[in-house]
Amino acid sequence: MSVSVRIPTILRTYTSGAAEVSGEGGTLREVLQKLDADYPGIGARILDETGKIRRFVNVYVGEEDVRFAEGLDTATPDGVQISVIPAVAGG
Amino acid sequence: MALTTAHEFGPATGLSCRECGTVYDLGPSFACIECFGPLEVAYEFGEVRREQIESGPANIWRYRSLLPVPENVASKPNLQPGWTKLVKADNLAGELGLRSLYVKDDSGNPTHSFKDRVVAIALEAARTFGFHTLSCSSTGNLAGAVGAAAARAGLDSCVFIPSNLEEAKITMASVYGGRLVGIEGTYDEVNRFCSELIGDELGEKWGFVNVNLRPYYAEGSKTLAYEIAEQLGWRIPDQIVIPIASGSQLTKVDKGFRELIKLGLVEDKPYRVFGAQAEGCSPVSAAYKAGLDVVQPVRPDTIAKSLAIGNPADGPYVLDIARRTGGAVEDVDDREIVEAIHLLARTEGIFAETAGGVTVGVLRKLAANGTLDPEAETVVLNTGDGLKTLDAVAAEARPAAVIRPSLDAFRTAFAN
Repeated sequence: MSVSVRIPTILRTYTSGAAEVSGEGGTLREVLQKLDADYPGIGARILDETGKIRRFVNVYVGEEDVRFAEGLDTATPDGVQISVIPAVAGG
Repeated sequence: MALTTAHEFGPATGLSCRECGTVYDLGPSFACIECFGPLEVAYEFGEVRREQIESGPANIWRYRSLLPVPENVASKPNLQPGWTKLVKADNLAGELGLRSLYVKDDSGNPTHSFKDRVVAIALEAARTFGFHTLSCSSTGNLAGAVGAAAARAGLDSCVFIPSNLEEAKITMASVYGGRLVGIEGTYDEVNRFCSELIGDELGEKWGFVNVNLRPYYAEGSKTLAYEIAEQLGWRIPDQIVIPIASGSQLTKVDKGFRELIKLGLVEDKPYRVFGAQAEGCSPVSAAYKAGLDVVQPVRPDTIAKSLAIGNPADGPYVLDIARRTGGAVEDVDDREIVEAIHLLARTEGIFAETAGGVTVGVLRKLAANGTLDPEAETVVLNTGDGLKTLDAVAAEARPAAVIRPSLDAFRTAFAN
């Protein structure tokens, strides 16, 4: 499955400044593994030592916050856009 | 980015990650490169004396030596928020069976909510970084505060809100002349949109007060703690009830109290921090009750729209603080919120917005179930003005009678 991944500003040092890169995988977990293979080190910025999504990172598959879906097991259909966004708030 | 000096940020020395402690230069950044943790302003305070604060202006700038702002901030064009009333609420205390109760009434700020405090700090950072546009994602109050602050400062503004907000908040957000954009979605979706806009050239030179300026913005909430302590005669209250949206305000009030203790401006003593949520958006309360230290996001459904953040970024810190201080996190439903708005208005003459209904409702609940110590000095926050959320109470607020202008008509209508 070919997907696109939006990269937040603070991780663009890994992607030579690219705001969006292409990825592969049937689940979010697979997409992040492939992303880390393509851009070594980026995976550890998104996942903590235990392999879980860091608590101040929000990951969206399409419009869906994956914490409302299946987390790392969320399916990533062909052509979907994945966004990695630092958590911020205060409305 | 403009070159900055420590001078432009007063006693602030850098930004440090709350999670891993990595230190960064003062700049328009908000997340740690190492771990995505939130960045927070770090300081080196010199000697700060009570007299020096007391001789300052009757607004938050009396605390400028504790904030990341320039020394001459009071003379710059800004809304000069703060120094709102701390109301001794004996009537409400009597109804709830509490000995000593105060309402910190932040509806008295220039745009009628506590948001003027935080925006004022972000505005100074925006000026220093050379931003031309002030922006935010907002549940309503913040949009108005940003629009007004930008107008006073002579900056452009462009603010983003969920399109289904209360009419009064939409009006207030648009009247100041900046751009107001309604987003079809929840606050959390608006927030996500802004986070993406920040990384795009469309958002170049924009200061998003609660995103890339968030470390500065958040510090503004410390002034609530400073004011409450000073207004009590340089004393920290025993118990305080604070609303939770993102959780930022609660964590910064706690930070403010701890700074005052550390600087020797107040006596060191224990205090208990209680967080208040609406049941229809209570992810922090749910986590507290379940004994968890992480917060599972929810989709909000409550009349307390200013607190309707389903994915509260500071939720984990709120849990830490409530537990560390022997406090709690509690929630009330929409009916209890409306009852509490009436209760506060009836007993103290303060008309709170729904967020104030949440804090007073939680205060009432915690007093009734014995969680609060009835003998302890207690402060409850009202963070906004009831005129912005009229719908919550409008259905019950009608004339008792409509009569002709004659004494006979009045006598007849109220004969019994």
